[in-house]
Amino acid sequence: MSRNAFLNGDEAVAYGVKRSRPNVVAAYPITPQTITVEKISSFVQNGELDCEYMHVESEHSAMACSIGASSVGARTFTATSSQGLLYMAECLPYASGARLPIVMMNANRALATPWNIYGDQMDVMFLLNSGWVQIFVEDAQEALDMTIQSFKIAEHESVMAPVMINLDGFVLTHTYEKVNIPSQEAVDQFLPTFLGAHHMMNDEMPMSMCISAGNQHNMEFKIKQHRDLLRALEIIETIDSEFESQFGRGYGGALEGYKHEDAEVILVTTGSVTGTARVVVDRLRAEGKRVGLVKLRVVRPFPVEKLMELVKNAKTIGIVDKNISFGYEGTLYTNVNSAFVQSGIKKETYNFIGGIGGRDITKDDIHEMYENLQLASAGEQIDAVTYYNVRCTL
Amino acid sequence: MKNFKRVPVPTLTSLSDYPLGSSCKSFHITDQNSGWRVFMPVIHLDQCVSCYRCYLVCPEGAIHQNEDQKFEIDYDYCKGCGICANECKIKAISMVKEEK
Repeated sequence: MSRNAFLNGDEAVAYGVKRSRPNVVAAYPITPQTITVEKISSFVQNGELDCEYMHVESEHSAMACSIGASSVGARTFTATSSQGLLYMAECLPYASGARLPIVMMNANRALATPWNIYGDQMDVMFLLNSGWVQIFVEDAQEALDMTIQSFKIAEHESVMAPVMINLDGFVLTHTYEKVNIPSQEAVDQFLPTFLGAHHMMNDEMPMSMCISAGNQHNMEFKIKQHRDLLRALEIIETIDSEFESQFGRGYGGALEGYKHEDAEVILVTTGSVTGTARVVVDRLRAEGKRVGLVKLRVVRPFPVEKLMELVKNAKTIGIVDKNISFGYEGTLYTNVNSAFVQSGIKKETYNFIGGIGGRDITKDDIHEMYENLQLASAGEQIDAVTYYNVRCTL
Repeated sequence: MKNFKRVPVPTLTSLSDYPLGSSCKSFHITDQNSGWRVFMPVIHLDQCVSCYRCYLVCPEGAIHQNEDQKFEIDYDYCKGCGICANECKIKAISMVKEEK
């Protein structure tokens, strides 16, 4: 039987991991991810989860151990955040290049310096090019459900790529909500034991791991990896539908639209800020304003076609970024704009940057974003990139 | 010590011919590194006492013992570092300038 529990985002991931029955977990604690790895280690300690839990000396080692475990076909999980993610960055393309289906939770946190432990999405944006599937979740239930789905996505024979699940630090990792924990039997049915794959080693089939390929062959390896990751979009959609038909909870695949069909202006969000934006959309809809929302759930592979489909009726689009690509603009803004260019569709787009270093993005901020989008839609000139909830004049 | 057997390099005409990931059987699709070499090691078999020292120290694993027990260098993968010649206690390996 499934049961309801009062969990924070970190604990929800830990329960998702427990239900997914990993063979190996190698992790190093870092705020705001710590609760996840503590919870998993207590599951192992008290015999609730039969898995090899490796206490490693750093995040770099956590990923190196995960690569070793996954290369022999073990279902492998790790978790990190911020500086820890960047410390393990050297290993991330090894995991994706070797096509190892490792699943990792990343608690999105600000980067130094100035030093800060609170949530923003600067950390993961560094790693968009690492070859990992990048999923962003809105609440604790979605975090648990996507942990289970992520193993299935990663291990799918036509994906075979590592998956990173991003949870906004503190706002999502440390806030509690009612979460449904599916039964072990149901999860076992959805996610059977991983039996390994042909490119993984065993005693009978030793291999050279992570070979060199110089200028004669390297480019073809990379294009193959890239093409397979693009094709993963379809698998992500299918697995989400399968999950929905079994557990009654679906998330729309790579993107979820909210009151977007007839919206004149649409805000594109990732992660927990989506929940705040839904409230504002409802409020503005009650006033008769045609506003909508698109939750970007998967940023790599980037769902160009589906995004275009969801925003096709809107005139003006705003993109919320909890990051700054220094010297340019918000990273998601660049990505969304490129999707319009690729599709040959012309829309007015604006970038709203907020939430840096754990600063709140309030309902009032989002209200103002929608107001500005409506002004722009009516032909008024507004800045392409604006910052929200700033303390001083800029 | 076992003689290594090379897996034949596959014909790579489309992306589907490439292996999934970067782990594969040895020599499956690796690049040769003989082009790095300026001096090539030559084993003087009349002096060699089969002590295995060169085999053990070769960083590329490019030295092996063939079926008639003689030591042999795989010149496709020897990068000419000279460690074998330097480590040979009885000077049975010399480094010879290679004509290219």
